[in-house]
Amino acid sequence: MSQTSPAPAATHHGPPTTFISKHVFSLDHKVIGKQYYALAFVAVITGMVLSWLMRIHLGWTNAAIPGLQVLSPNGAPGGVMTPEYYLQLMTMHATIMVFFVLTTAPFAAFGNYFLPIQVGAEDMPFPHFNMMSFWTTFTAFLVLIAAFFVSEGPPLAGWTAYAPLSAIGKAAGPGEGTGQVLWAASIGIFCIGQLLGALNFISTVLDMRTKGMTLSRLPVTCWAWFITSCMGLTAFAVLMPATILLILDHVAGTSFFVPSGLVINDQLIPHSGGSTLLWQHLFWFFGHPEVYIAIVPGMGIVTHVLITNMRRPMLSIKAILYSMWALAFLSYMVYGHHMFVSGMNPFSSLAFSFPTLMITIPSTVVVLIWIGSLYGSKLRINSASLFALGFISMFVSGGVSGFFLAQPSIDIMLHATYFVVGHFHMVMGVAAMFGIFAGTYFWFPKMTGHMMNETLGKVHFWLTFVGTYCIFMPFHYLGWAGNVRRYAAFSDDYMKPLVPLHQFITIAALFTGAAQLIFIYNLIHSRFKGPAAPANPWEGTSLEWIMPSPPPWNNFGGKDPVVYHDADQFGVKTASGADYIMQNSPEQALEPSGGD
Amino acid sequence: MAKLLALTIIVIAILSAIPVVMHTWEPPADVSTHGHMIDAQMADTMIEAGVSFLAAQIILAFFIWKFSGSRPEDKVKTFPGGAKGLVLAAIVLVGAEVLALGAFGTKAWATVYFTPPAADSMPIQVQAGQFAFYFRYPGPDGKFGQIHPELINEGTQNLFGLDPEHDVESRDDVVTAEMAIPVNKEIHLLMHAKDVSHSFYVPALRVHQDFVPGLDLSLHFTATKVGKYEIVCSQLCGLGHYSMRAYLNVMSAQDFDDWMKKQQAAQ
Amino acid sequence: MATTIPPPQSEELPEQDRPTPGGAGNGGLGTVVPADGTMQVMQGYSPPASSSAIWVFIASICMSFAAFTSALIVRQGAAADWRHVTLPSVLFFSTLMLLTSSFTLDAARRRIAAYMNGAEKDASVPRLWLYATLGLGLLFVAGQYMAWLQLRSQGLYLATNPNSSFFYVLTAIHALHVTGGLGGLLRVIRRFGQSTLRRSTLTATSYYWHFMAVLWIYLFALLRARI
Repeated sequence: MSQTSPAPAATHHGPPTTFISKHVFSLDHKVIGKQYYALAFVAVITGMVLSWLMRIHLGWTNAAIPGLQVLSPNGAPGGVMTPEYYLQLMTMHATIMVFFVLTTAPFAAFGNYFLPIQVGAEDMPFPHFNMMSFWTTFTAFLVLIAAFFVSEGPPLAGWTAYAPLSAIGKAAGPGEGTGQVLWAASIGIFCIGQLLGALNFISTVLDMRTKGMTLSRLPVTCWAWFITSCMGLTAFAVLMPATILLILDHVAGTSFFVPSGLVINDQLIPHSGGSTLLWQHLFWFFGHPEVYIAIVPGMGIVTHVLITNMRRPMLSIKAILYSMWALAFLSYMVYGHHMFVSGMNPFSSLAFSFPTLMITIPSTVVVLIWIGSLYGSKLRINSASLFALGFISMFVSGGVSGFFLAQPSIDIMLHATYFVVGHFHMVMGVAAMFGIFAGTYFWFPKMTGHMMNETLGKVHFWLTFVGTYCIFMPFHYLGWAGNVRRYAAFSDDYMKPLVPLHQFITIAALFTGAAQLIFIYNLIHSRFKGPAAPANPWEGTSLEWIMPSPPPWNNFGGKDPVVYHDADQFGVKTASGADYIMQNSPEQALEPSGGD
Repeated sequence: MAKLLALTIIVIAILSAIPVVMHTWEPPADVSTHGHMIDAQMADTMIEAGVSFLAAQIILAFFIWKFSGSRPEDKVKTFPGGAKGLVLAAIVLVGAEVLALGAFGTKAWATVYFTPPAADSMPIQVQAGQFAFYFRYPGPDGKFGQIHPELINEGTQNLFGLDPEHDVESRDDVVTAEMAIPVNKEIHLLMHAKDVSHSFYVPALRVHQDFVPGLDLSLHFTATKVGKYEIVCSQLCGLGHYSMRAYLNVMSAQDFDDWMKKQQAAQ
Repeated sequence: MATTIPPPQSEELPEQDRPTPGGAGNGGLGTVVPADGTMQVMQGYSPPASSSAIWVFIASICMSFAAFTSALIVRQGAAADWRHVTLPSVLFFSTLMLLTSSFTLDAARRRIAAYMNGAEKDASVPRLWLYATLGLGLLFVAGQYMAWLQLRSQGLYLATNPNSSFFYVLTAIHALHVTGGLGGLLRVIRRFGQSTLRRSTLTATSYYWHFMAVLWIYLFALLRARI
């Protein structure tokens, strides 16, 4: 193996033979990617069902939801949700969605599957770490779900788990004992899984690229995953210490986050001297990069899908790349915009507001390049490109509400209202989801060897696109009117008139949720019965399209591909008459395409 | 299908804009001295955000309409000016726009946070605890008695943990469940958290500030219109968060004096 | 856990198209034992993946301790209950152990390289240096445990005051990482014994171990200054 030899190289791990090594404890990045996808799939269904329960309660507060008392006899006696159970479901909804869907699917699932392939490698450099990263994440999920089944239930402090509510233990409310500790442990374990993953991603991009695959020839998705890994590396490394300190406050009697003199139920809380704001600073230092971790892979996927379906490169892929780097860099400087009225120094609020406003610029560059590249393109409409285009619309909608929230003076009115909830749901809950959908419809043929049903895909798109606008656009109106968030019911005088709008939203949410059944059916049915997929159904140029669908266990069959071009050779004139040249083809364009 | 998508995007964009233009859902009317600056800032931002939103969606829709359904022999065209113009527009135009918004918005923020309370402002303390707001007035001596957390007892209604036996200042403190203030009088609100984080949000007064356990924060504001307004908690504080509220009763000076006398008698 | 990625099999490229280092798709060199069985020749290819990976890992550990540091600083300023703790004297001993172990590890590395090149014939010399490193590392962890016992004898437990809390947390988390490093050293010793040690594995493990020492110097200074 160390001498140069003409014999085919032995690969670093032989083909898996047993069921366990093929499907369970697999070292193959493709299997690990699919496992992450399956985890995200289970998580998103769980999170979505939780959101339905929340929405039903908000529209019809005293309604009995049949069967809910089975899940929690204390939380929903007779099926009627108590206010504490609402908050507990809300906390779990958000935690599951942010961590186990939005960080897992676009980054861990698609990234694990396609990053090694797109750089031309046979696998990631540390397959054992990779396998561990999935099983660690899976363990984190189990620990989190366990919170549903402890006696007092899950925590109710929100996914943001602000201290002291989250730190003083059972006295603060139901679920704040064991439930909160399980939550913190789950998140800590999750951080470890993500760090192992980031390690692999970064090393893959730096060290595993095949011959000819210079950094400038990397597909944009690889850059997106690389940038996300860099963010994850630094952000999750800060969240883990925070969860450790939180757990210690709970179980060891320390006072990192709990000041002295607190009284609950006429009892003086024994902790003293801690800093409430310290938790917020640590959490949001992680929390803001986290939302960019959720969206940047989606931006990469959307760019990749659009280039292939527009049959032309982006006007400037460099502008998109630099913008993604700028977003990642700025994301560390803006986190205080979650804390404008938190009691931190008001000068700091202005200081954080400035980069928050500036972050509009790279976001706008990306959107303008996308839209400008549509000009003069030969746009193909299919399920993947529909979701990619929908992403642009959603990202614009979600992004412009940022104009308001970036300003501390306006945040006085909009902080902690449904305006914020509408903003982040549009960018994360919808746009990032659309990125996942686009990636699914685009890459499903490669991953499974079967085509998805296009008609069902389009129906799924239409119902979801219209449905999510019906759900989340009204959130902004509610917030504008001062509707406070994280309320289990709206009994304040000025909020009562808003309840009919909540009911409209609930109906839209249930309807849109039901529409996802079409996607689920399409996914499962096509996996087994869909028509056979060719190697390159979309006429793409990147390396995933040179392998059969699905790829063999060692990707390129033991022979590393050689790369001659970047991934943007679309709209070119070739001798063969095709309008594209694949990355591993030595053919040169007769006429170059536009773009840089 | 592309044309249908384009139309749908435009319809959604316009439908989304209608409630904004028609002012269907608005914040409660402003009854503060500083709120007009916030309202102006919100209106300015809405115009900029609204125009950006509509322009982006409509142009996106237009391009989807126009550049789908091409034939194989069609050639790919480049946006006039290429990427350079767009990137420049993003940096210069959007940069100037957001900088302007930020710069103009600082005045409203500074008025609330960087100006000290007037010398003759009326001090009132508010304590937030699971799940109610309680208010304390200093009484004729103008001083607040010390809070002894270990003495807090809801059963005996010693809500602030006062020790009148040993603390002279606390003997004339007036504790209420409703916040009454005289109109057109600056109030200096001292904020104290009893247990966990809460927030003091009065939309009509354009006032919003978190309570931070362990930190003594304060706000000042002046109400300009007599009436009853809701104070709601906006920082998740536990199961009763949704029902944690109090009323702010803005009264004429005379009515306030009468009210205060009644409260003192009832202590 | 670095894996052997063989050199690419594809046709030769013209010189100017040769990719940048690392682009050979080769995660590392072959094993130290070539096909003919003699541990003489090591072929160095482009930087193996584990060398960038170890820096990634080190970067993330730095971020974590930066978070702990900022927590310490904020907590110190938050309340008036900061009570300085006299650091247990055994910490000087454990520091000495850890710093010395870096020297022994470097000696081991040089001996292994000499052994590879054929200059050194006896495999037990490098092995002894490796064991010395392992032993010193264990002594460090033992010394940390003694420090905790010394604090406990002064009545300073995890939750006694914020100073003691941070002392225990910082030293415990660092010791946990050192224990991971000990596992890495064990792996190096085992692989060396089986003649399957890759240079990349040794390099990555050394960098990590030296970083543990650097990190400890930082933490020790932080504890002395603040705790």
